[in-house]
Amino acid sequence: MTQNRIKKFETRQKELKQMSDEELKAHFWDLCYQLVDPIVDLAKTHTSPSIERSVLLRMGIDSITAHAVVGRINEAGLLGKGAGHVVLRVSQKFNKSIPEAATIILEQDGTLDALFESNPVQGAKS
Amino acid sequence: MTPSKKLNPNKKMDIEAILEGLEKYRPTQKGWHWREVPQEGVDMGPFHYRDMSTPLKNSIHLPAAKYFGNIDPQPACVVTTEIASGRFEDDLRRMRMAAWHGADHIMVIRTTGQSHIDGLLEGTPEGVGGVPITRKQIRASRKACDLIAEEVGRPINFHSYVSGVAGPEVAVLFAEEGINGAHQDPQYNVLYRNVNMYRSFVDAAEAKKVMAGAGIFQIDGAHNANATAKDGWLVMPELIVQHGINCAFSVAVGMAKDLIGLSTVPPDSPPAPKLWYDLPYAVALRDFFSEFKMRAQQNTRYIEADIEEAIRTHTIDTLISMLTSADVQSTITPDEGRNVPWHYNNIRGIQTVKQTWSALDGIKELLTINHAGPLGDMVRDIKERAVIFLEEVLETGGYFAAVEQAFFVDSGKYPQRNEDGIARDGKGGVAADTIIERDADYFAPVCDHFGINHLPAGVEKACDPIGGCTLCDPEKIVYIDELDPQDSADARLEQTYPYRKGGLVKPEVEWAGDGTILTQFFVPLSEEYAAAYGIEMAKKLGLEDPQVINIQVMHPAEGCFMEVKGKVTFDIAASSLKVPEKEIILPEEELRSVAKKIGLKVVAATVGEDEHSVGLREILDIKHGGIEKYGVKYTYLGTSVPINKLVDAAIETGSQAILISTIISHNDTHRLQMKKLADLCVEKGIRDKIILIAGGTQVNREMAAETGLDATFGRGTKGIQVVNAMVKVLKSRGMID
Repeated sequence: MTQNRIKKFETRQKELKQMSDEELKAHFWDLCYQLVDPIVDLAKTHTSPSIERSVLLRMGIDSITAHAVVGRINEAGLLGKGAGHVVLRVSQKFNKSIPEAATIILEQDGTLDALFESNPVQGAKS
Repeated sequence: MTPSKKLNPNKKMDIEAILEGLEKYRPTQKGWHWREVPQEGVDMGPFHYRDMSTPLKNSIHLPAAKYFGNIDPQPACVVTTEIASGRFEDDLRRMRMAAWHGADHIMVIRTTGQSHIDGLLEGTPEGVGGVPITRKQIRASRKACDLIAEEVGRPINFHSYVSGVAGPEVAVLFAEEGINGAHQDPQYNVLYRNVNMYRSFVDAAEAKKVMAGAGIFQIDGAHNANATAKDGWLVMPELIVQHGINCAFSVAVGMAKDLIGLSTVPPDSPPAPKLWYDLPYAVALRDFFSEFKMRAQQNTRYIEADIEEAIRTHTIDTLISMLTSADVQSTITPDEGRNVPWHYNNIRGIQTVKQTWSALDGIKELLTINHAGPLGDMVRDIKERAVIFLEEVLETGGYFAAVEQAFFVDSGKYPQRNEDGIARDGKGGVAADTIIERDADYFAPVCDHFGINHLPAGVEKACDPIGGCTLCDPEKIVYIDELDPQDSADARLEQTYPYRKGGLVKPEVEWAGDGTILTQFFVPLSEEYAAAYGIEMAKKLGLEDPQVINIQVMHPAEGCFMEVKGKVTFDIAASSLKVPEKEIILPEEELRSVAKKIGLKVVAATVGEDEHSVGLREILDIKHGGIEKYGVKYTYLGTSVPINKLVDAAIETGSQAILISTIISHNDTHRLQMKKLADLCVEKGIRDKIILIAGGTQVNREMAAETGLDATFGRGTKGIQVVNAMVKVLKSRGMID
């Protein structure tokens, strides 16, 4: 295996000699973007507890509450909806502010039950 | 928000005042700042500089600058210093000192283990090997940096790390609090922190998006490979691949190329033939990454306990930056090989860059790199190896598969493998199995969010449904002060109060009042006995916790140079210190012009039965920087000259001053001779026309008044001080303007 790798390398290096410096550089970048392409797709279509906590922070929820709320949402299997989405729905359902909605999730059992069976979230808030 | 009180260069920074009102503080600057570099160059003192930035309003120049009009040229590149002692409230003072010496990129190292904490830390607990990065710590540091920036006249880039399993949250915290630069590299998490690889990259995309939105300059983590691999200088093809992966990923998620920096270190260190390894690598990297920024780091892999050796290596590292390019030149504290960096060693690191950059200013106009010959071949070879490395990664099934097969941080020179690379399991690591697929109705009502985001019908801006996110409306940011009042900046500040504001003094290297000092000496013992001697000696000096931190053998049998640190156990009250009145020296030009204008002449001799003439000759001769250098003429009468002969000679030659030197102090001979000189001049009626000056090893400045002379000087006096004293007397007598 090692022998093969080295041999392959030597052959390939000889081939690369045909490329100009500019061509080699362009090839390098093609390979880099090819390599990261599927990873970028993975990131576009997935989320994580930290990403969701960072969303709640941006919604004006403190870090300690955000941590607990994302934990609850994850347990309820709703992280794929987006934690911000969940808190926003609770806020609209109970007609409370975003930080208050976060507290309701923590303090009132069952808040997350059937949350997504009602209407979708409302649009722009004035 | 009430404006913070400006810093006064003559007063210590008031840390308690910095911590006041933080809940309302908003940073005065956001986003990364490059230095202002005038295209036409910078004129300073007698020189024209080609590659310098605008000078500072307040700064401290290199020691030799006093010969060149106290100029303090500032390199064109941003200069970094890394600061973190574990107590951020003490680091603020270090930041100020560093900024005065020319640092405008202050990097705060995180406390050990923070990258494995699943969430944000709050409050101000004490750290180990760094500080816990929290909102309060950042806000206070940011506030201090804003004040320091105002004081020195240049923006300060404040920097920390977006890595670990809370990367996106940390990125949001940084964006909200005005952090200007940050390390972000998902590969670092995977390889060195064993964070699950999928989680690390998914998180990184969000973190990078947030950083891009806030204009935060990103630095990658590739240099860790040559700090970690056994033979750091062999991993260059892999380093290029790591840089390439992070750059491509960052661009793909929306970062601007000019805010992406490569963290690059010249991988080698003398006695290795450094240039033959480091220069081809530096050139290859800058060719491939011409659209990105270079953050040139100095070598840490081979730092030992010897500070001077580290500084010499770092000087050559800086030379390599200047021969190629550096947008940011980082500095490493030269004591990193022996202890947690000390205050004044941050300054030494900065001085290394400032000194090298001044010396080699405009080097590329004088010298060019010879690309023909061996350099060109070596550069091309590194690039080809990097390309084939990438091709092999793709053939293996992509990045994650390659990491599982230990492609990275193998100390062999690619394609060689030493089978010591770091392998990670995609199913394993910290926070394994924690990424979740976004549902068809996934929604995040905030700005700078990466990836699929299904906005509700009619919504154009993601944060409209919540009436604005914290990135649009900072009023919504929730500030948490302290969680544990016992482990907090306030509690620590109370303890160090006596040393900051209470008038007590102790030396310090890290924290206020730590009492640490360093002793340096030669001991005529072999290495094994030298260490034992060092500890014993320090104990007898009364130092607590003595530790030998450096031994260098000068000869196996003749002895060793040693450095021993320890803590002083006593305080000294500042009020008990007697400070002699400050001697103000007139400008050299003024002294010269007075001497010329009035034809200043002196007679000089050693008096009494005193044959010691060396000190006096140093005061007189031009060779030693004596009074002759300033245009003063002298008549030297010799040694053991009677006082009356000196006075007569002064009258005969028309001298304006008599200089006597008296070393012997037995039976108060020196005092008696000085008094005699004054008395005789009064007797002859010339006292108000003549200037009388005495010097000697046992003489001090206070003796002039008691002996009736105009000025008296002790050990270490220079000619300029004597000329200065004469000119001042002439002025006070109205004999000159």
